[in-house]
Amino acid sequence: MIDLEPVATPGAPLARRNPVAKLAAAMVFTIVLVATLDPVAPAIAIAVELAVLPLFGVRYRVLARRAWPLLAAAGGILVTLVLFAADRSGRVFVEAGPVVVTEGVLVTALGLVLRMLAVALPGIIVFATTDPTDLADALIQNAKAPARFAIGALAAFRLVPLLEQEWRMISMARRARGVDAGRNPIAKLRLFASIAFTLLVGAIRRGTRLAVAMDARGFDAGTPRTVARRQRFTRADALLVVTAALLAAAALTTSILLGTFRPLIG
Amino acid sequence: MSGVVLRGFGWRHGGRRRWAVRGVDLRVESGERVLLLGASGAGKSTLLAALAGLLPEDSGEQEGTVEIDGLDPRKARERVGVLFQDPETQLVMARSGDDVAFGLENRGVPAEEIWPRVDEALRRVGFPYHRDRPTAALSGGEQQRLALAGTLALRPGLLLLDEPTANLDPTGATLVRRAVADALDADTTLILVEHRVAEALPLVDRVVVLEPGGGVRADGPPEAVFAAHGEALAAAGVWVPGHTVPPRHAGTPAGDVLLTADRLGLPPRLAPTDLRVRTGEALAVLGPNGAGKSTLALLLGGLTRPGTGTVTASADLAGRDARTPPHRWRAPALAGRIGSVFQDPEHQFVTATVRDELALGPRRTGRSEAETTATVDALLERLRLDRLAGANPYTLSGGEARRLSVATALATAPRLLICDEPTFGQDRRTWRELVDLLAELRDAGHGVVTVTHDADFVAALADRTLTLHRPADPGGVDP
Repeated sequence: MIDLEPVATPGAPLARRNPVAKLAAAMVFTIVLVATLDPVAPAIAIAVELAVLPLFGVRYRVLARRAWPLLAAAGGILVTLVLFAADRSGRVFVEAGPVVVTEGVLVTALGLVLRMLAVALPGIIVFATTDPTDLADALIQNAKAPARFAIGALAAFRLVPLLEQEWRMISMARRARGVDAGRNPIAKLRLFASIAFTLLVGAIRRGTRLAVAMDARGFDAGTPRTVARRQRFTRADALLVVTAALLAAAALTTSILLGTFRPLIG
Repeated sequence: MSGVVLRGFGWRHGGRRRWAVRGVDLRVESGERVLLLGASGAGKSTLLAALAGLLPEDSGEQEGTVEIDGLDPRKARERVGVLFQDPETQLVMARSGDDVAFGLENRGVPAEEIWPRVDEALRRVGFPYHRDRPTAALSGGEQQRLALAGTLALRPGLLLLDEPTANLDPTGATLVRRAVADALDADTTLILVEHRVAEALPLVDRVVVLEPGGGVRADGPPEAVFAAHGEALAAAGVWVPGHTVPPRHAGTPAGDVLLTADRLGLPPRLAPTDLRVRTGEALAVLGPNGAGKSTLALLLGGLTRPGTGTVTASADLAGRDARTPPHRWRAPALAGRIGSVFQDPEHQFVTATVRDELALGPRRTGRSEAETTATVDALLERLRLDRLAGANPYTLSGGEARRLSVATALATAPRLLICDEPTFGQDRRTWRELVDLLAELRDAGHGVVTVTHDADFVAALADRTLTLHRPADPGGVDP
């Protein structure tokens, strides 16, 4: 099930911030983290992210449900790296047959996994607390994104949940025609491709019809647009972005002071 | 408010040999209400697209002229509003009010005027909810009324309606027509394309009939046009009032039970339902939108697993699979026993030509090549598809696609045929062919189940009806 709806309590202080401000804060915060390979800076970042979560009105349980594919991936990466790392330097913790878990292995693996989580979480928080319409409005009004792109993407986005329904329908229609794959993996792959093709043809047709309907209502006709829903970028929004930058800098400084900092370049 | 003048107008889409519409001379005065008729392929939709300014100059070839208030329609877009057939692809925004505001924003209407105009438009079409209502939560008829509000909010001088009720159930269609009647200003010009003439007549004062080869065949007040051309129009596929179709009910009582549904349901879409499907009987499943009619069709067709209860096939129908329910049969075995025709024909197309499409079923069920060819040739002729044997199924017209989807289900000669809304949006000619075809199948001892909103179709074909209720209500019971 593709879940596109925001899940936050609408009144939460940071959830109400301008969508562009939230997006900018998330980007500033994560770009700094990409600069280092050590596990300390991302660990601090994750702690900060989890600490501000209530301010966004997102409950931890809801976040866990949204982020579970990410957590599963993180677990997978951790296991793979521990088993197959090339660099086996440092103190040896566990030795079981061919598997040698050393300090170097653990630091590299943890660094990578924590970095992935620290970079992904802000994105999840932003989209969990932002209505897609508000995001498109703010992108146009505050970030000067072209309406053609922002509204177009928004309209296309609205059709996404239909695709899942469509996929089920096409699969059943194939079965009614006497087409199924049974246990044969090659037949399964071919059936998958043929359903995907039908889905694509339908999606293109639907997209074309939608584009014509938007055209008929004067979309992108060259007339300067007005806005029905005003999005404001206030001082509080600027403060959010600045705070995010400061917190990221603090995480990096801590890592440098502790001597764990390992720059990505050099 | 706006007048239309066409002089020798014609349009040929880029890359096509045939003119979609040609030689049209027509003058529509400001405030007139016109019903545009013609057989499938007479170019009604192309003409509307031209009037809406939706045919870019580089997308085809034009003959003659078309003018709205003396302007090229591409430059008079602000004067024209259009409502299309499919509600789902006309709504742009997630919230109802935002969707009406969308057009106003595009036209650069000052922000402080937008919301009063949105509320006024919603009130005029009788939109029953607050403007925050998610568009995804609306029924088809409500979505179409919302799309109408979005068009009317722009205050068009000319309103074009391209079969706006073809995809709706009767209740939704009535509400949309009433909204059009109530919401139009007296001086708004209206041009309407609609197959179902009787329902559209109260909205119009003039009928224009396009000739498929080109030109205007008839033009005038409805009574005069139908008195002079009614017979010919009916034969060409137009639903002319007063030209009813003789019913075709079973001459003999129903035969053996093919399929038994016992407390069959799929929460939350279908409440537990009891049902027996018999040979030599046409059963119609009725009920409002949301009652689970399509779900019942899928369950009876062995296409999805029941949530509650069971479907049992008779030993005669089940053959070697007598001990398993239909939803666990392998697909080729299923296709040879129970045929399903989906509401959207394109969902079922698998191959690249009409001929291959018909041959697929027989081949999958293990017929010889000679048998397959014989079956395919017979069906091509029977359903007037022989000239299209090499065409791609996706390029067919609505009526052709429907005939092909029924033909593919018949190609494997199933004992039971299940159709979901087979007559949706069909012209009178295809409609009659469907009635005749299903009646013949029934008379030859097959079982026929149709899920439908079409009261005329039920009156013409059904031997028995089952009415479903929304799952909150008590479940449907088979008498």
